Amino acid sequence: MTNEALQELIGSWFPNPNIEKTSEAIEGSENEEGSEEKALPQEPINPSLLEFTEEGSQFLNILVGPEHLHALMSQLKSNTETSFDYLFCLSGVDWGAELGVVFHLESTTHRHTIVVKVKTLDRENPTLDTVSNIWATAEFHEREVFDFFGITFTNHPNLKRLFLTDEWEGFPLRKDYTDEINMVIK
Amino acid sequence: MEETPTETNFKSEEYFINMGPQHPATHGVLRLLLTIDGEIIKKVEPDLGYIHRSIEKMCERDSYQQIVHLTDRMDYLSSNINNEAVCLTVENALQMEIPERVKVIRTIIGELTRISSHCLWWGVMGMDVGALTTYFYGFRDRELINDIFEETCGARLTMNYNVPGGLMFDIHSNFVRRVKEFIAHFKTKIPEYDRLLTDNVIFHKRTKGVGILTKEDAISFGASGPVGRASGYSCDVRKHHPYSALEKVTFNEALKTEGDTFARYQVRIQEMWESLSIVEQLIDNIPEGEYRIATKAVIKLPKGEFYQRVETARGELGVYVISTGTKSPYRLKFRSPGFSNLSLLSHIAVGGKIGDLVATMATLDLVIPDIDR
Repeated sequence: MTNEALQELIGSWFPNPNIEKTSEAIEGSENEEGSEEKALPQEPINPSLLEFTEEGSQFLNILVGPEHLHALMSQLKSNTETSFDYLFCLSGVDWGAELGVVFHLESTTHRHTIVVKVKTLDRENPTLDTVSNIWATAEFHEREVFDFFGITFTNHPNLKRLFLTDEWEGFPLRKDYTDEINMVIK
Repeated sequence: MEETPTETNFKSEEYFINMGPQHPATHGVLRLLLTIDGEIIKKVEPDLGYIHRSIEKMCERDSYQQIVHLTDRMDYLSSNINNEAVCLTVENALQMEIPERVKVIRTIIGELTRISSHCLWWGVMGMDVGALTTYFYGFRDRELINDIFEETCGARLTMNYNVPGGLMFDIHSNFVRRVKEFIAHFKTKIPEYDRLLTDNVIFHKRTKGVGILTKEDAISFGASGPVGRASGYSCDVRKHHPYSALEKVTFNEALKTEGDTFARYQVRIQEMWESLSIVEQLIDNIPEGEYRIATKAVIKLPKGEFYQRVETARGELGVYVISTGTKSPYRLKFRSPGFSNLSLLSHIAVGGKIGDLVATMATLDLVIPDIDR
């Protein structure tokens, strides 16, 4: 499938519930004769709850909210048109304000690739749904992310430190991590 | 009178044993926590981090040229392919045109690296199941490849031969001759490997039907390399996303459907033949030209995200770079093949015997620094 077709299909799974209300509101305001305010040129409303972009990446990127992550991921795997059955990379990322996870997915039948990103603003108790019940490889990769970024994955079967010791303080791959003794800062 | 144990009153008990971190069959500092009942494995839990150096964090402060050097220290048996992966990421991000000569040399050295890695694996595999001779045979032939590498780039293991933009030096004037000598030599040695180990009845009994991985599980666990291909899962990055000179050569992807330890063994033996064939196709036609094109002293990648996939001797290595336009990556993730392949060990070892676990682990071909990046 081409990226355009993928975007159209996947976007239709999560329609934006506000889109109808907004368009009604605009129509309503136009009918009122008394209002002199012209409707400001609005930004194009995203018809989907997901954000798609191909900018600055060789793959189609989807940004999904944490609440829709698990539903989207299981649909991506089980839908026969997408069938993303191979999760070839799962990376934790600290974007500064947000923490999150980047999933690189490939379909072994259709051979198309997609990137899914999920971000959370909560740096104290970042929590995301696990995808380890969709792809078994995620179990280890999520433990690595938990270990180095401190992101908790709900429903994960065995979420504990993988590389570091249990008494380790802090999450070393976060950008605000400091270690006065061992870290060399240039 | 004491009760004599019979089938009905004899109670078995589960207990833990530690395998590693200093166990000869784990080939490095991997610790496995085994829950066993007699000889039967109930649970395998890997404990990692004994040699974790946090290469990904170090990359966030290093320049792209320096990162190439760090990748040697991940899967040290595929060092040249790891170097190539980082160089390709940088070159593709900067849209550099790499000379054909560089691409061909990279592929030749990459395939020789694969043969050398598989030689070592074959020697160690035999040793793990009790055939010590293979160890000496494997190392004998691997030495010849290391000698060729030493002559060309000065290093035998951690090569650092690739730099963004090309190669550090041109190939040695003896390179072509010695590689051809090696091909002729090694073609007589693989049949010897087969006579010694592949056709051995005891070896068959140790490996056939042991540690079976189905195709669905292989994909779900993210298996790659010979581990995935032995389960009938076509996952060769060289076929599906060719890089360097791999578009120009013809080779067969080694595929088996049994998914057991013996199938993984056979895939690697066949891969040695395929790699020989790739080197043979290229060695007489190394194009003339530059071995390196000039880059700026400080390489800055444009803002954005870049992903490069290569096939190391162990499977798919991914380099994921998030760049903010500075001289160092904002975030760099190495998707290492060993890490995903290790995650399925517990799945295929449970229910087997401890001896089978050793044989299964040998065909997963784990390199621990690749897992503990």
